[in-house]
Amino acid sequence: MKLTVWTYEGPPHVGAMRVATGMKGLHYVLHAPQGDTYADLLFTMIERRDHRPPVTYTTFQARDLGSDTAGLFKKACQDAFDRFQPEAIIVGASCTAELIQDDPAGLAETMGLPIPVIPLELPSYQRKENFGADETFLQIVRHLAEPMEKTARVSCNIIGPTALGFRHRDDVQEITNLLYEMGIEVNVTAPMGSTPSDIAKMGQAHFNVLLYPETGESAARYCEKTFGQPYTKVVPIGVGATNDFIAEVRKLSGSTSTIDMQQSRQQWWSRSVDSTYLTGKRVFIFGDGTHVAAAARFARDEMGFEVAGMGCYNREYARPIRALAKEYGLEALITDDYLEVEAAIEELQPEMILGTQMERHIGKRLGIPCAVISAPVHVQDFPARYSPQMGFEGANVLFDTWVHPLVMGLEEHLLHMFREDFEFNDEAGASHHGGHAPKPMTTPTETTTEQAVEEPVTTDASGNVVWLADAEKELKKIPFFVRGKARRNTENYAAEKGLGQISIDTLYDAKAHYAR
Amino acid sequence: MNDLTPPPPALGCRTSPILKQRGQREVFCGLTGIIWLHRKIQDAFFLVVGSRTCAHLLQSAAGVMIFAEPRFGTAILEESDLAGLNDAHKELDREVARLLSRRPDIRQLFLVGSCPSEVIKLDLSRAAERLTKEFAPKVRVLEYSGSGIETTFTQGEDACLASMVPVLPASDARELLVVGALPDVVEDQMLGLLDAMGIGPVRVLPARNIDDEMGIGSNTVFALTQPFLSDTHAALERRGARHIAAPFPLGEEGTTAWLAAVAEEFGVDRALFDQVTEAPRRRARQAVAAAAETLTGKTVFFFPDSQLEIPLARFLARECGMTPLEVGSPYIHDALHGPDLDLLPEGPQISEGQDVDLQLERCRELRPDLTVCGLGLANPLEAEGLSTKWAIELVFTPVHFYEQAGDLAALFARPLRRKGILNHGTSDPLFAEARA
Repeated sequence: MKLTVWTYEGPPHVGAMRVATGMKGLHYVLHAPQGDTYADLLFTMIERRDHRPPVTYTTFQARDLGSDTAGLFKKACQDAFDRFQPEAIIVGASCTAELIQDDPAGLAETMGLPIPVIPLELPSYQRKENFGADETFLQIVRHLAEPMEKTARVSCNIIGPTALGFRHRDDVQEITNLLYEMGIEVNVTAPMGSTPSDIAKMGQAHFNVLLYPETGESAARYCEKTFGQPYTKVVPIGVGATNDFIAEVRKLSGSTSTIDMQQSRQQWWSRSVDSTYLTGKRVFIFGDGTHVAAAARFARDEMGFEVAGMGCYNREYARPIRALAKEYGLEALITDDYLEVEAAIEELQPEMILGTQMERHIGKRLGIPCAVISAPVHVQDFPARYSPQMGFEGANVLFDTWVHPLVMGLEEHLLHMFREDFEFNDEAGASHHGGHAPKPMTTPTETTTEQAVEEPVTTDASGNVVWLADAEKELKKIPFFVRGKARRNTENYAAEKGLGQISIDTLYDAKAHYAR
Repeated sequence: MNDLTPPPPALGCRTSPILKQRGQREVFCGLTGIIWLHRKIQDAFFLVVGSRTCAHLLQSAAGVMIFAEPRFGTAILEESDLAGLNDAHKELDREVARLLSRRPDIRQLFLVGSCPSEVIKLDLSRAAERLTKEFAPKVRVLEYSGSGIETTFTQGEDACLASMVPVLPASDARELLVVGALPDVVEDQMLGLLDAMGIGPVRVLPARNIDDEMGIGSNTVFALTQPFLSDTHAALERRGARHIAAPFPLGEEGTTAWLAAVAEEFGVDRALFDQVTEAPRRRARQAVAAAAETLTGKTVFFFPDSQLEIPLARFLARECGMTPLEVGSPYIHDALHGPDLDLLPEGPQISEGQDVDLQLERCRELRPDLTVCGLGLANPLEAEGLSTKWAIELVFTPVHFYEQAGDLAALFARPLRRKGILNHGTSDPLFAEARA
């Protein structure tokens, strides 16, 4: 038993729903109690889909448990077939139905439906949403994809996008265009946008482009083994990774077409002098493993940030993220407990968070700007405009999205100079974010002025170092967007020097010590 | 009541045949009630004993996450908990001890049963008893089920309040108990009106804090402000309290009828009643009239959601000039819904329970001007050209009593007004085809 306040991933059957809802002509019959239908709103509200997810729930109640829940399942299955006429059906159980052991797979098999019926085994008490999506798509491919002759022209499948995915809609379009530019046709994009009959002909492609390992890697491996289709390992997020991706695709396809780089503005935007102030900004990165790895590279190499911490919530990616963190001289935070993430951020005091919707809330509470780079998603992560994360346009989008939460470069200077100005002051926050001033620091502001100058007022997190009142007051003169860093640096400096107290001198000694 | 109120219809819906269908139900489970209950009962923590699905539901239903640390959480059952129930109890004790030591502000802890905990027959009443002994007197531990196999959406609040009734102290005092979680601002308005009529002392269930709790006994009379409190109603009657039956305080008419029933019980004279209610009634009527301009003459179709459907249909029919075509409710109880059904003019199909696909067929056939439904159905129906009002907003918004009557009407009018405002057309004849 584990106490959970917020979760990064839903249960595995929600992953199966993401696959089913992304596809057409597929129906999911889910043995589940009433109430589990809440999951529909993830798609109809958060993603603003204009259709109900293709899911029939048996919605059994307590009174059904003593009688015939198996009969209820068969009726739901038959009704769903009659009403929706799908090309194929996937069947499974949610967490509660798993406990009553009705065996939806066996029941559906005995019904003799004239279409493929694909059973799902998704252990609800062990695994989570991403596993559910990955496993569901694997089973669909295993059951439906046939060995086929390869297409005459070089072609590939795009694997991994699902409903409710973080920017999947636009990433697919961006990468499809890029592949087209390279003279490569997309045979099937799946699961999102495909039908069961499309899945059947996945074997025609020469290779696979795996965009989202979290939801497509098992299927990609299966296709490699079964159809001899190699798959891409680079996820094209950022200019550098997109170039690596192009090189990888060239190797797999023999394409020699040149790519038009006209639309790639990120490199120049990052080099232009207005971006100088981004140098060395300390960022904390958290999300799913794939997006975190990509964001770390982009942050360090293409934005000039300093990666101050990183981690992921999906344990399946613990090993690669730990290894990657080591390369950055860090220790990875692998957890799905948001309180731990919050504690890590509070401790590190980064200047920006690159995270999920959870970290956006943490940032709001701590007064640290945040840009969202990964699922779990929110209605805001489905913008009306075209806004991919992948490819060259994706890199442009990343630049804009990551810079937006920060105080603008010149404004930083003005805030330093005119801190006491009545409208252009510290409490107002960045001028382009109406009404988003940070929360005041947790120090007892009211009492400091009345205390004797040398009286200690606050201690650091460990309780070993004490801030003297005048130093605390001086700290407040430092603008909010660097104050956290200054506090942390000074405390570290004091600890290193074995000082028990922080005075104004300590503060400025530390500033000189960390100058770069 | 007075001359401003239209007479009740010659024939109401109380005896109308009720359509009952069994099939897929598109409803929340009772856990959802935690979203508002944890704000209302300020010293309580709600600990769901369930699965990842339960945690995910709470998070998704909360929509915008209530940050800081919310006063609810899920103890997620894992593979090992399913194997041995004794261990599950031990695990639960450990998690509760950890929680209570970290959150010393908690005075009441609700262990909330879920579908998985019900199915594996994890006895939470035994756990609550054991934990109460351990943490009394500082913390009281109660349990109720919010599971989807037992409860639908608002029934979670019913189960929560019903769990509190047996532990209330006994009292012989003649007191009015008002039952149902209302936003504080609405509750204060209600208390102000009752006070002005000289009715008191008035107790409220749920109380905002454990120290505000009341005694109960055969001299207690109670009025319900929410139409989904049937188990609480039964639990209070078991303690000897007497129910004041009335229409629910939604809209000007409903509020007046509800107050009148309470006033009658307490012998408030007519002149005083009129004096207290006259000004807010006028305001309510004026505010409703503004929104009713949009609503009058329009048809409305209710999918079952919160059990508020019958009083809301009554309000829309009698105060806003709408014609209900179907009024679906998850459950209908005559003792609670009868007075509103009496006032609802005959005509609409009254339905209880749901087969969502068949109900969608009826809705598409009737093409109502406004469809009241859950979030899972709203956007898909909008895409089919129907205007919808998503129903949860009716539970999450202050809508009861006089000063909110206009807001309630406006909630229904807004989707229709919006449809009228939006114009993506063009006057260029070249695009005439696209416009059509």
